[in-house]
Amino acid sequence: MSFTNLMLTVLVISALYFIAGQRVARALRSNNAGKLHSLPHYHGVWAAVTSALPALFVLLTILIGKDLLFQFWARDYFPEDVMNGDTVDRAIALAKVSNVINGISFGEVEPWVQAAGDAWIRWDANAIVVANSLVLAVSLVGGLLGYRRINLAFRSRNYVERILTWMLIGSSLVAILTTIGIVLSVLFESIRFFKLIPPQDFLFGLEWNPQFEGAERAGSGGGTATYGMVPMFVGTFLISAIALTVAIPIGLFSAIYLAEYATPRIRGIVKPLLEILAGVPTVVYGFFAALTVAPFVKSVGESMGLEVASESALAAGLVMGVMIIPFISSLSDDVINAVPQSLRDAAYGLGSTRSEAVRQVVLPAALPGIVAAVILAVSRAVGETMIVVMAAGLAANLSFNPLDAVTTVTSQIVTILVGDQEFESAKTLSAFALALMLIITTLALNYFALQIVKKYREQYD
Amino acid sequence: MVQNTNQVEGRAVPEKTLGEIQVDNPRMSARNVNVFYGEKQAIDNISLDIGMSQVISFIGPSGCGKSTFLRCLNRMNDTIDICKVDGEIKIDHQNIYDPAIDVVSLRARVGMVFQKPNPFPKSIFDNIAYGPRIHGLAASKVELDQIVESSLQRAGLWEEVKDRLDQPGTGLSGGQQQRLCIARAIAVSPEVILMDEPCSALDPIATAKVEELIHELREQYTIVIVTHSMQQAARISDRTAYFHLGKLVEVGDTKQVFTNPRHELTQDYITGRFG
Repeated sequence: MSFTNLMLTVLVISALYFIAGQRVARALRSNNAGKLHSLPHYHGVWAAVTSALPALFVLLTILIGKDLLFQFWARDYFPEDVMNGDTVDRAIALAKVSNVINGISFGEVEPWVQAAGDAWIRWDANAIVVANSLVLAVSLVGGLLGYRRINLAFRSRNYVERILTWMLIGSSLVAILTTIGIVLSVLFESIRFFKLIPPQDFLFGLEWNPQFEGAERAGSGGGTATYGMVPMFVGTFLISAIALTVAIPIGLFSAIYLAEYATPRIRGIVKPLLEILAGVPTVVYGFFAALTVAPFVKSVGESMGLEVASESALAAGLVMGVMIIPFISSLSDDVINAVPQSLRDAAYGLGSTRSEAVRQVVLPAALPGIVAAVILAVSRAVGETMIVVMAAGLAANLSFNPLDAVTTVTSQIVTILVGDQEFESAKTLSAFALALMLIITTLALNYFALQIVKKYREQYD
Repeated sequence: MVQNTNQVEGRAVPEKTLGEIQVDNPRMSARNVNVFYGEKQAIDNISLDIGMSQVISFIGPSGCGKSTFLRCLNRMNDTIDICKVDGEIKIDHQNIYDPAIDVVSLRARVGMVFQKPNPFPKSIFDNIAYGPRIHGLAASKVELDQIVESSLQRAGLWEEVKDRLDQPGTGLSGGQQQRLCIARAIAVSPEVILMDEPCSALDPIATAKVEELIHELREQYTIVIVTHSMQQAARISDRTAYFHLGKLVEVGDTKQVFTNPRHELTQDYITGRFG
């Protein structure tokens, strides 16, 4: 049986245990010997779970564990010089073996590789037999043990509740572990980068020039590669600041209009329209910025006698601002709506005008939520890539002038990783270091947002 | 109104209100007021005077329109889109539904206290100072302090909160919150205070305190109170109006209404046969 079939078989067995458990519980109930603690279907679920969960766990362990084990065993076949070499040599040896297993051959295969491959195929066949018998046995025995515990007083309802809790915890763990995994993988690559480039050069360097890396290694001259991250972070914050200057007032004001002034009919039309903005793919915003807004900004600027780069931070920032308007307006609208009507009544009852009620009562009460909305928008702005790649250019100028071409962290990561790369080079690895810094930045932003929200919560509750 | 809903146990709601609609010295007077929520008529041709420096209570079973009528008196119904009011309600001989009238200043003259205490999520001081600030009643900080202190004193809350004026009003107990809301309402020196079941969310001790407060406030203010408690109406009000299915059945001196009601519906309600 293949692993897929094995899994299906386990599920069928557990379904049978469900039916059996339910039936025996029903029989107990109809015997009138006493009161059944839990409803029959809880007993069924209990029997099914005791059959399926341990079996699936064993199956998963075998699936993950077998390759690790075989890799360890395969080392016995490796010749001395490979074992004494570094990790790369061993990785190459393993790759050769796996080629044999998959039936891919490049010319003459060394005899030890062939031997290891043959052994691996043998082990794999054995593993399937072991897995089949073990998993089926566990599922049958586990289910039987669970099934035998069913009696009148057995509290399967409480056990099922507990199992459910653990399943929910497990789901949230998956999300957390994934995040940790991403951070760790970025972290390890960054550490490799920092072995090549000193951290202080990266953190405080004012020049970003990784393009010369290849030329430098080839010794053809022409310039030195520099890896200072400051220009990109300045660019990121410049563009984000422009975007927020656009998005916060417009988003907040439209939220106030929607929540406090608009009639239900207007609200029903305007709100979905605003939310469509959030559904426009960023690449569309990108060419809107590059083809429409940037030339417009340039011509307006030049008519005022200013020097404007054809790909300016201002154009990218304006369009990005438009992009995040719906985040702010939609979330703030929900938050403002959640302010109790009784507070508005109180304000109107004292003779407030609408805007007085909004400014002095509704907005202060909604502030924590509005701050959260803004921070979410900031994270979007900092992480946004496409608009910047298309509209702000790739020149890593260290400039606070919104009319210059600047670049952002994310767009540099894209340019570095697009196309053929060689991994041990500082240029490629620098993308991971940039990503790490970006993660740290957004993490810090979220942390501050939480602190602000907490502070105002305390004040208002 | 549909004909059959006008009947309770075979007793018809009278076409004309029984008792004394008029008083000698009215602060507000309503004439032929009708209120519609969309198609549904909530108030059916009610006329009533509200006397100067008197407490009048509105009683009646749930859904009889007493709160709706109360909210007409300071145009709080304006905030409900589908609500339409016709007829005439005058305060000091000025129709409050006149397009020329400023709702904002009307509500400063006719204050309101709600069923559930609803202090602003601000400090105790700022809660009281809210009204005077938006209406520019205090020329200086000292004057504002005085208004806050005297309002809290009149609401009988000063001794309890004078050391913690900077703490949030939402941190007070339910009864204290309701007295805070009353203090907030009187801080703008209204002529009339409308109270919509002000004690229904309070325990008996807090209720007693609020009633005592209403008793003291009657000297200076005209008070209209909606209540579900007939004992409360009997204890605190000078006049009592009995509402039924959107109509004003009977109005008169409280003593008269409770000891010698003119209509069987009033009789049935105050003796607890329905409601």
